[in-house]
Amino acid sequence: MPEDAHARWRLRRIGAAVAAGGAAAAARARAIARRIGETPAPPGPFRPGFWRSPIRGPWLTSVFGLVLLVGIPVLFLTGALSYAAYNPDLGPHNDMTPDKGLLGFYLFDWPTHPYWLYRLTQGVHVTLGVVLVPVLLGKLWSVIPKLFEWLPVRSVAHGLEQLSLLMLVGGVIFEFVTGILNIQLYYVFPGSFYTLHFYGAWVFIAAFIVHVCLKLGRMSRALGSRSLATELRTDLAHTVPEPPDPDGLVPTAPAAPTMTRRGAVGLVGVGSLTLLVVTAGQSIGGRLRNTALFAPHNRNPGGGPMDFQINKTAAAVGINPAHVGPAWRLEVRGRAPMLVFTRAQLLAMRRHDALLPIACVEGWSTEDQHWSGLRLTDLAAMAGLPGAGSVLVESVQSRGAFRSVVLRGNQIHDPRSLLALRVNGADLSLDHGYPARIIVPANPGVNNTKWVHRLTFRT
Amino acid sequence: MARFVRWYGSGPLHLLVLICSFALTAYAMVRLFAVRPLEVAIWFVGAAILHDLILLPLYSLADLSAHSVPRHRTGRVPTVAWINYLRVPTFLSGVLLLVWFPLILDLAIPYRDDTRLPEGVYLGRWLAITCVLFGAAALAFALKLRRVRRAVPADGHRPPPGRDAEP
Repeated sequence: MPEDAHARWRLRRIGAAVAAGGAAAAARARAIARRIGETPAPPGPFRPGFWRSPIRGPWLTSVFGLVLLVGIPVLFLTGALSYAAYNPDLGPHNDMTPDKGLLGFYLFDWPTHPYWLYRLTQGVHVTLGVVLVPVLLGKLWSVIPKLFEWLPVRSVAHGLEQLSLLMLVGGVIFEFVTGILNIQLYYVFPGSFYTLHFYGAWVFIAAFIVHVCLKLGRMSRALGSRSLATELRTDLAHTVPEPPDPDGLVPTAPAAPTMTRRGAVGLVGVGSLTLLVVTAGQSIGGRLRNTALFAPHNRNPGGGPMDFQINKTAAAVGINPAHVGPAWRLEVRGRAPMLVFTRAQLLAMRRHDALLPIACVEGWSTEDQHWSGLRLTDLAAMAGLPGAGSVLVESVQSRGAFRSVVLRGNQIHDPRSLLALRVNGADLSLDHGYPARIIVPANPGVNNTKWVHRLTFRT
Repeated sequence: MARFVRWYGSGPLHLLVLICSFALTAYAMVRLFAVRPLEVAIWFVGAAILHDLILLPLYSLADLSAHSVPRHRTGRVPTVAWINYLRVPTFLSGVLLLVWFPLILDLAIPYRDDTRLPEGVYLGRWLAITCVLFGAAALAFALKLRRVRRAVPADGHRPPPGRDAEP
């Protein structure tokens, strides 16, 4: 078949032409790459002689890196725990991030034991985040020459790594900034804090894991290259640059030292310690609350038995006084016909006590308060569902994200879980949820719904 | 594998780890950018730019210019390594401001109504702490100056100690 042979011949020719063209293009590309590679660095920070601090180098970077290598996983873990503590798998009332998909893979039933669990995990999350700010600044300062590396992209591998570094640096600052602004109620970030901080954390941690994988060996070698004890004894006169490193952190034209490595590490350490002192008290409470000079919840609002922290006052969320006055009723739904109680009727029932704190996602918490009210498990039994698997709690609150919440079976049936009517020997104040509020051990503060008017128990 | 390394610039493991990471990044980013994507992107990239190209150059420049100021001074004042007496209080006071500026500058609008706590206390505290920090640094530096002056003979011929005098 001559036509067939002809076609094959043409195909071969095309193939040969393509191959030749490809080879030529590859050669051209290599030539261009070589030429780009030979492009001299533009003046300024791209020149190796620009960065002159004699203490910059792998050792100092690795010291800060090691602190972050311990701190960041703790932040991620406590953050992930806080996410689970909201019980987002219980549906739209609890779930701030309904399109989380696989990122919620680890969710579990948030426990009620120990009752201070959320107080601890979230206090650590926020306080540690604040305390790590100077370390992060130190770390970023120590690697700044890398940002101006010339060429910016040397190979495919290098380009991908640079992209990952953008995620790492953008991600870590994004997470710190959104977190630190949120705890100060400075809501300038674009969207819901929960969405931004949660998805941002996953973007960041993906880059963080790669960074650890790529740099762990270098970090441990750098840490091993100098003895910490020797470094802490070295004075300014003996502070000399580290030997040249492949990353170009060590300056090629170092200036005379003005600070020892001991001084740099010490300054960052003192910065962290200062932040710890002026922050931690809002999570520890008691006498130490007043030591948290800059923390948002460092004072008690006053008011006798109600002298403990308020997340949102009644006025702030638009509680209509008519809805919590004498006309207020509690509706309890379940299998039995709906029950309706006045506050006097609730007070006449058998009440129970619980000593529980309020702990907020913002990191602050109260000391244990003496709550008195009806057990949720008793209310479930009254509703005809003694083994209730969940309860929808609804507030009279007309606006705000947390006016309704679903609690899980383990939370309902903990004997310390109350629909509280009184606290510290007095009726609840309006700002603390009068006429009735939820208090559940280890529950995030916003899920301890205030101004409750309806409980719907479900199997 | 050598050809791959030449083409790619690193080993295959490097590529595998990075692709794995980027897949997770993309999965989270689709969700991060689901609402108001442009603003979120500005915040995300802006965070890095704000630090790397604004904050860090600014404080580095401030540090450099602080260094250069006293060089123009002449006279018989003994030179003493002094920069850290400025750096330490500036850093501590600056870090407090950097972290707590919304409260210090009264920017958190819902704070007062939400928490029933007055907001105005923070600026005064920050100024007081700044005052104490710089005061303590001034005191420490004064003591150091006195020590140095005592060590230098009255005619001032002996080269004074301190960094600037070193070769």
